[in-house]
Amino acid sequence: MISEELKKSLAERVAGAITPREATVDVMKELQAHYGWLTDEAVGEAASLLGLSPLQVEELATFYEMIYRRPVGKKVIHVCDSISCWCADCDGIIAHLKKRLGVELGGTTADGMYTLLPCACMGRCGDSPAMSVGGTPYGHLTPHLVDEILEKERRA
Amino acid sequence: MDLPLFRHNRRDRSVAFKEYRSEGGFEALKRAITGMTPAEVQQTVIDSGLRGRGGAGFPTGKKWSFVPRDLPGPRWIICNCDEMEPGTYKDRVLLEHNPYSLIEGMTLACYALGVRHGFIFIRKGYEQAAENLARAIDEAKKEGFLGERILGSEHSIDIDLHLSAGRYICGEETALINALEGKRPNPRQKPPFPAVKGLWAGPTVVNNVETLANIPGIVVRGAAWFKGLSMNPEGAGSKLFCVSGSVKDRACVELPIGIPLADIIDGPCGGMRLGKRFKACIPGGASTQFLTAEHLKVPMDYDPVAKAGSRLGSGGIIVFDQDHCLVEATLNLITFFARESCGWCTPCREGLPYVKEILARIEAGYGKEDDIDILREHIKYLNYSFCALAPGAMAPLDGLLRHFEDEVREHIVKKKCPLKK
Repeated sequence: MISEELKKSLAERVAGAITPREATVDVMKELQAHYGWLTDEAVGEAASLLGLSPLQVEELATFYEMIYRRPVGKKVIHVCDSISCWCADCDGIIAHLKKRLGVELGGTTADGMYTLLPCACMGRCGDSPAMSVGGTPYGHLTPHLVDEILEKERRA
Repeated sequence: MDLPLFRHNRRDRSVAFKEYRSEGGFEALKRAITGMTPAEVQQTVIDSGLRGRGGAGFPTGKKWSFVPRDLPGPRWIICNCDEMEPGTYKDRVLLEHNPYSLIEGMTLACYALGVRHGFIFIRKGYEQAAENLARAIDEAKKEGFLGERILGSEHSIDIDLHLSAGRYICGEETALINALEGKRPNPRQKPPFPAVKGLWAGPTVVNNVETLANIPGIVVRGAAWFKGLSMNPEGAGSKLFCVSGSVKDRACVELPIGIPLADIIDGPCGGMRLGKRFKACIPGGASTQFLTAEHLKVPMDYDPVAKAGSRLGSGGIIVFDQDHCLVEATLNLITFFARESCGWCTPCREGLPYVKEILARIEAGYGKEDDIDILREHIKYLNYSFCALAPGAMAPLDGLLRHFEDEVREHIVKKKCPLKK
């Protein structure tokens, strides 16, 4: 369930839109921030706020890369595997992340801290290899730097 | 050399409103609102020869001229900041250093086309750019350059930000319009073209960040000045090039359009990395054909690069060296496109994974002689897809087979990747 306060602020966002459904991505992002992922309950809540059917929300929720329709860890790691990062050995970085976290791509660590996902080009090709952790971008990755970032983000 | 886009940039921070203003910022808007008709602004853009910087290179003024002048009801301008073409990061660098040129350029575009309300569609991951733009919009409003009754005139223009949530296809202009409306971002059928029937069925122009950021310079200094920035006679303006791959310094730089490819690599990028030789590059983001060492003198402008068999695209140059296997590089590119296909039409949804499987087989040493023919067929058939995603995906594959067929064949004959140690 969401608080009355959040509900009110989302309703205001929807009321300020030119058509309500224009605000769908914003509403889904806010609900995802609240629940950690876009739960079934959140889909229902988004639908009623937006005046859409749950199915109409679902077809958007499942489309976007950064909307999670399954439980994820406290922070999601998106590691870029597109061409510029490939040139900078992102395969080595991904292998290191898998080993360090003890998960495959798509997996969540046993302590529920991290989910590891590949992602499309992050637009940080000049700083490749790149990844983002909980929305914070990082570049010029080396295995050593990855370890430091994981430690820092775990504590943050 | 006076280059308009990066000239306000500070080293490690975004330029401040006051700084932008004191360096001549918003003078173009002032001049337009106080002394030019909307038609005059549009004519200046047409005369400048500015071509769309997002990738397709369509003449901007011409795109604007498709908007019917006499249709009742609202019309829209959307700035496409869904920069997700692999190898491309110029718009991010521009906006992280200076959001004001875009805000001023977009306001000028709105004025020229009689648009009351514009949107900037920003990809996920560009939060810093979005923050800068939000700040720039507030400041511009406070100073009377945006919002109600701009500079005391009867013109009111608003700009809003739309923060997206990922997926490459959102950068396709009709998919982008669906995304903005809150619909599933599959591309739309054309015609009708967005200029006639786009956002909420109103006339809509979609322009790239760099395109719009060029408008203030054109308006204040004129079409002839803009044409003169180019290094080749038929070109116009400067261009942002963002380089990645095997060069020493992976730089994002503003250079005269038409500069030879080698001068970008050997100039601001400091040449190749130690021990690396240039083997090939992708000149304009993932959906462009490979250029090889024989193309190093090609002027980096739309027509010369097209003549060399590729496209200038976004200006995202990805450089490969002698140790890179281009079958594997192409496999990486196709994997990206297969994953980012929206699934709407069959050639793209089914064709891309099939091409990917064949390339993966060749790379792993299980390729067959016929595979090359099958790949060639797909280059042809994937042109029948609904939008430009799949044909774009076929560009690097086509380049691979045109310039590096021997390398592909070697994989098949040796039953392994010849470049794997």
